[in-house]
Amino acid sequence: MTVRLGGGQGFYGDGHEPVDALLDAGLDYLVCEALAELTLAILQKDRQRDEAAGFTRDLPLYVHQALPWLVDGRTRLITNAGGINPIAAGRVVGQALEAAGAGDVRVATVVGDDVRPLAAELDLSDHALFANAYLGARPIVDALAGGADVVVTGRVADAALFLAPLIFEHGWGEDEWDRLAAGVVVGHLLECSGQVTGGNWSGPWWEHLDPLRVGFPIAEVEPDGAAVITKPDGTGGRVSFDTVREQLLYEVHDPRAYLSPDVTADFTAVTVDDLGGDRVRVSGARGGPPPATYKGLVCTPAGWAGEIRFAYSWPDAEAKARVAVDSVRRRAQREGVAVLEWHEEYFGAGAYGDATASAVTTEAGGHEPPEVIGRLAWRCADAEMAAQVPQGAGLLGLSGPPGISSAGRARDGRPTQLLAVEPFAVERALVDRQVQVTRLWEEG
Amino acid sequence: MARIQLRDLCGARSGDKGDISDVSLFADDAAAYDAICRAVTAEAVKAHFGGLVHGPVERYEAPNVMALKFVMHGALGGGAPRSLRSDNLGKTHAGTLLRMEVDVPDEVATSARRRHRPPAPR
Repeated sequence: MTVRLGGGQGFYGDGHEPVDALLDAGLDYLVCEALAELTLAILQKDRQRDEAAGFTRDLPLYVHQALPWLVDGRTRLITNAGGINPIAAGRVVGQALEAAGAGDVRVATVVGDDVRPLAAELDLSDHALFANAYLGARPIVDALAGGADVVVTGRVADAALFLAPLIFEHGWGEDEWDRLAAGVVVGHLLECSGQVTGGNWSGPWWEHLDPLRVGFPIAEVEPDGAAVITKPDGTGGRVSFDTVREQLLYEVHDPRAYLSPDVTADFTAVTVDDLGGDRVRVSGARGGPPPATYKGLVCTPAGWAGEIRFAYSWPDAEAKARVAVDSVRRRAQREGVAVLEWHEEYFGAGAYGDATASAVTTEAGGHEPPEVIGRLAWRCADAEMAAQVPQGAGLLGLSGPPGISSAGRARDGRPTQLLAVEPFAVERALVDRQVQVTRLWEEG
Repeated sequence: MARIQLRDLCGARSGDKGDISDVSLFADDAAAYDAICRAVTAEAVKAHFGGLVHGPVERYEAPNVMALKFVMHGALGGGAPRSLRSDNLGKTHAGTLLRMEVDVPDEVATSARRRHRPPAPR
C-alpha cells in the first residue's frame, strides 16, 4: 500500500490554484504548511489588533477547495495554519464546513506549542510576543487515530505535518528511526510546495517553468518510507534529480544530522533516482533518536523600521542616488533623530528610457546602469522617531540632483515594527504535558 | 587549472533560519564535485561574502547528491522579521555564491554544463 501525500502550500500567501490539480490527481492527505519563521511574527501583529485572529486567513479557502474530497472521505487535510491561535482557526474551519452543509466533517485542533505559560521556567523575556516549541508528529497521529478528517495545528516541525499521516497509515513505531527519517525526507521535500517541482530551481528554469501552470508535489510513499516524488499530469514545472536534490538540502544545516522532534535524520544516506517522466524515487534515509529537547522560537519587539526610495535616471544615476540617500541621513543626524541602524541598497535594470537604455556604456567601456534606485532603511526605538527620519526628503524633488522619480506608488511611508526571533531549547516533558488534541466534533 | 565562475559549473539554492543563511552548492558529476570540494572552502566563502556575513561559515558535504552546504552565521541583518535588508530571507545568496570564481582542473572547466542562458528579455 502506498500513501499519497500532496504538498498544497509552502507558506502563508502561496498560490491556491495548483491545489485543484493535486486533489484531482487523488490524494490520501492534502498537507498545507503555512508557517515560516517570519509568519508567526505576522500573525502576532494580527492578534495584537484582534484577539480572535492569529491564524492564516486563507485557511477557509483551502477547506473549500478540498470540500468534495473531505465530504466523501477520499482526502484528509492537515495544516499548521492555526498559527498562534489554532483553536480559533479550528472554529473557523468548523463554521466554514457547517455553512457549506458539511458539518459531518470532523475537525481536530492541536495546541500546546505555545510555551509562554512556561516563561518563568524557561527564562523567557517578559516582552515575548510569542514563544512556541516545534511539536512533533505524535499529536497529529493521535488526532488522526481519533477520527479527524481535518487537523489544524499551531507550530509543529514542518516535516512532521507529512510524517504524521505516514506513521498513522503505515503503523511505524516510535523507534523505527530509519522509517521516521524517510518520512521526514518526504515531508521536507513537499513542505515548500513548488520548490521541489521546478520553482526556484537554479538550472535552466526557463525551459520548464511557467509559474501559472506549476504542478505542486505529490509523494507516493511505500510502507518502508521509500517514496516517489511526482506532480499531477498535465501541469507545468519539473521533477528531476536536480529539482529534488536542491530541495533536499534546503535550509537543513548539517545534512548528516537534520534535527526534528521525531528523529534525527541523515540526508546524506538518501539515494535520489530520477525515473524520468517527472518521477524521482528517494530511498535509503537513515535515522537516530531525536534531540532531548524541543526547539523553540521566541519573538520580542526589536524597534521600528522606516524606509524611503529614490529613483534616478542616467546619466550618473548611482552618484545621484547616493547623494539623495546621504542627504536624508545627514538631515536626520543634524536634527538629532536617534537612529540605531542604517541600511543602504542601490538597484536598477532599465526602467527609464526603454530601448535607449541598453546602449549606455561608460567612457571606460564598462556598463553604466540605466537607472538606480537608492533605498535607505533605518531602525529606531519607536515609530515616532522612525517617522521623523524622512521628513524634509521632499527637498530632493526640486533641489537635488536631476532625473529623480518616486520608485512607484505602492508605499505609504509609515514605519513598520521589527521583531527579533531567537531559538531556544525546551525540555520535551514540559511541553508534552500541556499538549492537547481537541476533537471539535465532540464539543457540539 | 582553469579559472571558472561557479555559475557555469554549479547550481545553488539558499534559505534562512533566524540570522543564519543556509546555501547549498550542487555539482553535476563526480569530477566537478571533487573540484568544488577542494576549491570552495568555508574560508573562501567567508571571504567571498565579505561584509554580508558577520559570523563564521561552516561547510558540510553531501556526496550522495554531489553537494556542499554552507551555513553562514550573522548573515541576514538579525533575521527576517528584524532585518533592514530587502532580501531579508537570503534568497539571493545562492546567486551571490555562484558569482565566485575558482580554479578547477581544465577538464572540469571544459565539461562545465551550466553555460546555457535564458533567452534575452523582450
